[in-house]
Amino acid sequence: MKKITIDPITRLEGHGKITIFLNEDGSVANVYFQVPELRGFEKFSEGRPAEDMPQITQRICGVCPEAHHMAATKALDELFHVEPTSTARKLRELLYSAFYVTDHTTHFYILAAPDFVMGPDAPPAERNILGVIAKVGLELGGAVINTRKQNHWIIQTVGGRPIHPCFGLPGGVSRAINEEERAQIEEIAKSSVEFGKLSLKVFDDVVLKNKAYLDMVLSDTFTQKSYNMGLVDKNNKVNFYDGKVRVVGPDGKEFCKYAPREYLEHIAERVEPWTYLKFPYLKKVGWKGFVDGKDSGVYRCTPLSRLNAADGMATPLAQEAYDKMYSTLGGKPANFTLATHWARLVELLYAAERLLELSKDPEITSTDIRNIPTAKPDEGVGIVEAPRGTLTHHYITDERGVIKKCNLIVGTTNNYAPLFMSIKKAAEDFIKPGVEITEGLLNRIEMAWRPYDPCLSCATHALPGQLPLEVTIYDAQGNELQKLSQGIS
Amino acid sequence: MAKLKIALYWAASCGGCEIATLAIHEKILKLAEVADIVFWPVGMDFKYADVEKMADKSVDVCLFNGAIRNEENEHMAKLLRDKSKIMIAYGSCAYEGCIPGLSNFYNRQLTFDRVYIETPSTENPNKIFPQTKVKVPEGELEIPEFYDTVKTLAQTVDVDYFVPGCPPEERTTWLALEALISGKLPPKGTVISHAVKAVCDECPRKKEEKKIKKFYRPYEIIPDPEKCLLEQGLLCYGIATRGGCGALCPQANMPCTGCYGPVEGVIDQGAHFLTALSSIIDSNDPEEIQRIIDDIPDPAGTFYRYSLPDSLLRRARIK
Amino acid sequence: MDNFEPKIVAFCCNWCSYAGADLAGTSRMQYSPNIRVIRVMCSGRVNPLFVLKALSIGADGVLVLGCHPGDCHYIEGNYKTMRRIPLLKKMLKQLGIEEERVRLEWVSASEGAKFAEVTNSFTQSIKELGPNSLGHLEQSSKEAKHG
Repeated sequence: MKKITIDPITRLEGHGKITIFLNEDGSVANVYFQVPELRGFEKFSEGRPAEDMPQITQRICGVCPEAHHMAATKALDELFHVEPTSTARKLRELLYSAFYVTDHTTHFYILAAPDFVMGPDAPPAERNILGVIAKVGLELGGAVINTRKQNHWIIQTVGGRPIHPCFGLPGGVSRAINEEERAQIEEIAKSSVEFGKLSLKVFDDVVLKNKAYLDMVLSDTFTQKSYNMGLVDKNNKVNFYDGKVRVVGPDGKEFCKYAPREYLEHIAERVEPWTYLKFPYLKKVGWKGFVDGKDSGVYRCTPLSRLNAADGMATPLAQEAYDKMYSTLGGKPANFTLATHWARLVELLYAAERLLELSKDPEITSTDIRNIPTAKPDEGVGIVEAPRGTLTHHYITDERGVIKKCNLIVGTTNNYAPLFMSIKKAAEDFIKPGVEITEGLLNRIEMAWRPYDPCLSCATHALPGQLPLEVTIYDAQGNELQKLSQGIS
Repeated sequence: MAKLKIALYWAASCGGCEIATLAIHEKILKLAEVADIVFWPVGMDFKYADVEKMADKSVDVCLFNGAIRNEENEHMAKLLRDKSKIMIAYGSCAYEGCIPGLSNFYNRQLTFDRVYIETPSTENPNKIFPQTKVKVPEGELEIPEFYDTVKTLAQTVDVDYFVPGCPPEERTTWLALEALISGKLPPKGTVISHAVKAVCDECPRKKEEKKIKKFYRPYEIIPDPEKCLLEQGLLCYGIATRGGCGALCPQANMPCTGCYGPVEGVIDQGAHFLTALSSIIDSNDPEEIQRIIDDIPDPAGTFYRYSLPDSLLRRARIK
Repeated sequence: MDNFEPKIVAFCCNWCSYAGADLAGTSRMQYSPNIRVIRVMCSGRVNPLFVLKALSIGADGVLVLGCHPGDCHYIEGNYKTMRRIPLLKKMLKQLGIEEERVRLEWVSASEGAKFAEVTNSFTQSIKELGPNSLGHLEQSSKEAKHG
């Protein structure tokens, strides 16, 4: 059987590789997406003081350390049986909103936009942020960099450091903000809201008004009918920082809703010997293989899934954008993987609006930011929405608060099975007997996994924005028959 | 003048050093004028095969971040060492092991048992573990071997320079890049950073006398915003950590945790902090001393937070 | 292990314990030949780093011997030792090295007999504990290949 190996996949946090096996006739026999790395946080956290976990676990990911820091801090609140002060809670969510603005901006403009602005078949050398800026304008490029830079300033001011913040504690945060800082945050939030609106307009102009793209978005190749997961507040509106986890089926019906401490009743993880990463699935549906549908426990938590799982957005402009999206896509839930890019921009606008709300909150400059825990620690679960998916931290400690057991289910991990299925479906639909494997074809397969924003969003890795793919086709004796590459000079 | 050829690679890392490299913001344009990036998996199209095809020493500088955790990390470290004139261990993981290095308290089997069997959400009744080679119906699949012990870059290949920090702050990164661009490189083996003194040198807090009757956990007290954190009984690592970061954490009211590595000349950061802390314990009574020591719940994990693989003992002994 | 002869490093302070060791010798007291003595001016000179270094290059046990509290030639040096060694032992335990492999004792210049007794009993306890494995080189044969 012929074997095509894509190694390494790039534009992915860490390392990944794809192996495609072809039948004699050139059709796809099977596809495997392997993750070749593991570091072992769940083990080496044992023996560490629990209050160190926000700073230890945030080194799981240097692009979304804020997500781990926040999930860990919330787990500590529950572990130590202490509530954060009202101001602390707001400061945490404020930082978190600024973080979402930076992260979603980075993903959309650097990774996703080139496919749509330049086109999937555009020459690889142009299919990157520089091409986008050249086509759409320098002003937009400047706005992207500025939005990121300013919101990173917010993260450092509130969280202590620009990368790997240090402010999370059980019962609060370590640092308050003063009026001068608050005023600057408010200004940044206002321009971020404008930027959010602008980004949705860019999407509208470039994608929605282009019939070819709209067809691609709505096509069957890029459709997957899996369960949808996301955090919702008490009104069932999307919330990144806190709430309950809600799961909605591919038919739109609520399947379950659970508080963080109940997660074990709902999520299980499966092990395969050819990859270090595990496959989470819904326990109550069960593992039925890499298939979608109501009877398979595979679920997604991406921006689109979050919007599918909620009843709406908690801020007005984002709600408008949400309504427009669903009316274009034909209602809820939307199972179109490529529409994740759109949902991400709706979330970007919401994050900016939420940032503005919180920056104007009368309590936000209060110095009442810490509650000192008094109870003995035992067990705690903290869940937030990382940009790439629902993030769960679970700690069990001794009575001194030293970690005895740690369990983590990380954002992209939730999406491992559906990501795999999206790649496989695209490969199967595009690689057919007799069809020439071109660079455009390879890029279309890439477009199947890119919406998931797997773990690493490149910041200003502004240079060529295409996936380096080298496809080597061997015959049954292992002789090289054909080699194609894109984006490799 | 020919442009500098730069390669960047990440081994067992979190990606923070990639972000840190770009935190130089506008200065990246200055870099782009004088350098071409020839390999950077996180953002560019070059593959392992392309690196293999490069002539030895054809790459001017390789900025290597991440610890050496598995076979693939080791292979890439050796490959890039062959292809590069200068090899830089960028960031704490490559320099001293950093957070992934905490895994050296355990080993592969203990880690696998936890991740693939014991974790409460894992359903693995057949006790399947990942294997380096697996036969599937269509053929064979491979993944790299996970080693028992995390190593630093310098324990794996010859390293020319080190850039400290988890991640290196913008000014530290620029110091290194500036040296490369100008060609004014320090002696081989230098840890490139602004300060050879400790973090205390940059910290604005008021320092008086250090006499500790009790150590506190950070959640137990709300520290005075002006006074030295160590003097208030928090385990602030600033006294035994290289400066250069601007003492950001103490200014956010949190104790330093040591991410910039040891002060110049110190070979075991954990031992250095241990001895300094012990000296300021304010007691000559063995029982009282033991009580004060008991306030520190995790000496090895706290003192070797970022530097376990680079310590003298390198790892825990496991029976 | 019957044939196991531990390698033990003993840091002895110049004014008290080293003199005490001398006294044991001149008095022809029998004491363990497993001891390698390193003279320091004060037990407070013993940086925990020295203990770690000794353990990392193959010592099976480390003794730190100083003046009795209150008798330090430099007044307070041994108080520092009194604080360092317990914290070091707690850390070593976490690193899989038994606390019994490091011992702190006070031996004055006139206590030749005590020197002999301490070194003999320590050697015996290390014999019972067994050798200190060299850790990172021994964990797996594959590791040894990669050095």
